Amino acid sequence: MLPGFRSTLGITLLYLSLVALIPLAAVFLKSAGHGWDAFWTAATAPRVMASYRLTFGASFAAAAINLAFGFILAWCLVRYEFPGRKLVDALVDLPFAMPTAVAGIALTALYARDGWVGRWLEPLGVKVAFTPLGVLVALVFIGLPFVVRTVQPVLENLETELEEAAASLGADRWSTFRRVLLPMLLPALLTGFALAFARAIGEYGSVIFIAGNIPLVSEITPLLIVAKLEQYDYVGATAIAAVLLACSFVLLFAINGLQAWSARHNGLEGGL
Amino acid sequence: MAGTAGGIARTEAATHAYQGRTATRDPRAVRWLLLAIGLGFFLVFLLLPVVIVFTEALRKGWSAYVAALIEPDALSAIRLTLLTALVAVPANLLFGIAAAWAIAKHDFRGKHLLVTLIDLPFSVSPVVAGLIFVLLFGAQGWLGPWLQAHDLKIVFAVPGIVLATVFITFPFVARELIPLMQAQGRDEEEAATVLGASGLRTFWHVTLPNIKWGLLYGVILCNARAMGEFGAVSVVSGHIRGETNTLPLHVEILYNEYHFAAAFAVASLLALLALATLALKQLLAWRATSNGTPA
Repeated sequence: MLPGFRSTLGITLLYLSLVALIPLAAVFLKSAGHGWDAFWTAATAPRVMASYRLTFGASFAAAAINLAFGFILAWCLVRYEFPGRKLVDALVDLPFAMPTAVAGIALTALYARDGWVGRWLEPLGVKVAFTPLGVLVALVFIGLPFVVRTVQPVLENLETELEEAAASLGADRWSTFRRVLLPMLLPALLTGFALAFARAIGEYGSVIFIAGNIPLVSEITPLLIVAKLEQYDYVGATAIAAVLLACSFVLLFAINGLQAWSARHNGLEGGL
Repeated sequence: MAGTAGGIARTEAATHAYQGRTATRDPRAVRWLLLAIGLGFFLVFLLLPVVIVFTEALRKGWSAYVAALIEPDALSAIRLTLLTALVAVPANLLFGIAAAWAIAKHDFRGKHLLVTLIDLPFSVSPVVAGLIFVLLFGAQGWLGPWLQAHDLKIVFAVPGIVLATVFITFPFVARELIPLMQAQGRDEEEAATVLGASGLRTFWHVTLPNIKWGLLYGVILCNARAMGEFGAVSVVSGHIRGETNTLPLHVEILYNEYHFAAAFAVASLLALLALATLALKQLLAWRATSNGTPA
């Protein structure tokens, strides 16, 4: 038994409670304090419902896009040699390191009508900036590293023997991928998807600049919390926050379960 | 961060012999197609946003760029951002070390739950993170009347900004250290205590040398997020120019007032911070592997 257990655990629990648990409990207690009717009215108003649809829909779509493209990118980084591979590998973490406000204004400038990307989409009749599509673009950006970084280590640790065995038994490359590789990578892929999804639901900074924030059309749920707060509507803000927070908790435990499954599945060190 | 799976030194051993072996070789057309898709995606979604920050920042020339950075409001935003990080990072460093020591070097019930709770800020919306402090310390909050009676201000003032930042960034150091210290086991520390070293001495002379690169890595990530946090800080700040504006909030104000070049100039500072963070991260990963300490 090593020393310092009681004191370090004590510090940890005290800090966690003061900084996170007690303040978070305040949201639930506050929203419960206003009564069920007030909560329900505030949490299901039409403008709020529209924001749930956009937030959850765009987050799901963004996570799905990242699942596909993130997997391809991770595959390229692990399996192929190409010039600049190390640079690409290092820059994948950029959305983690880049402040969200910076990402927000950069994406808006890119996808505006006269922007570098926007001007190519304009003739096609595709408007990205200040539409729900803009929300999707921002959520793809901030979720990008999650799938790459969860799949990449698993891909690196795969035994090539399995693929060789499949090939020697006569499987072509596609069926090896589908029947051998994909099942092994599935837990990591799902974990990356869930992480990107969870992050996207709460995202605020990178979205609000490009979304245009049109009521009932391109307002995300976190933005509505801010809007209610600015109107001193604490009941409304707290009710919406309680809904988001409940989703966060569900996702947190789901992700934890997924990570544990993924770790067991791949025989990697657990407990992350 | 959530998803980097705690690895600072990803096994560079990833043999690139795949394409040399028949069994693991993808058809040439598939290879080119996947590379084109993957790198195209990377280019459009990752590279272009960084490049445009710098081109937009310099659109009106160097003198306008420098002017945007040295005007008084920008300087006060830089000061507040540095101050916030200076409080939040050391506080979370101590928390991270304490949490990792308790979790990685001891067994107790509820450990798994504790590890999950440490991840909370990764899944809570930054806006909600800001809101909880408004609900506690705001004029209508639980402690609001008491704070007003004692002429104390937390929300819409600097303490609120620091608190919200501490909340958002507390997992970073702990998350790096926990898997690292778990992987290193307890033998060395147990030997040291058997030989009579105190807990602190054991940590300082035995544990710390083993975890220093992971620790530094966690601090760098924590710092980047502390300086760049936007949503949570925006809710508690009140946006008082020259007083409660951090750099990201200053970017927002400039942008909303259509001072685009100035907004991008300030944003370029934060983008440089992000790039420096990634470069340092890479350097640390290289250090850790060349030292032979698995991370």
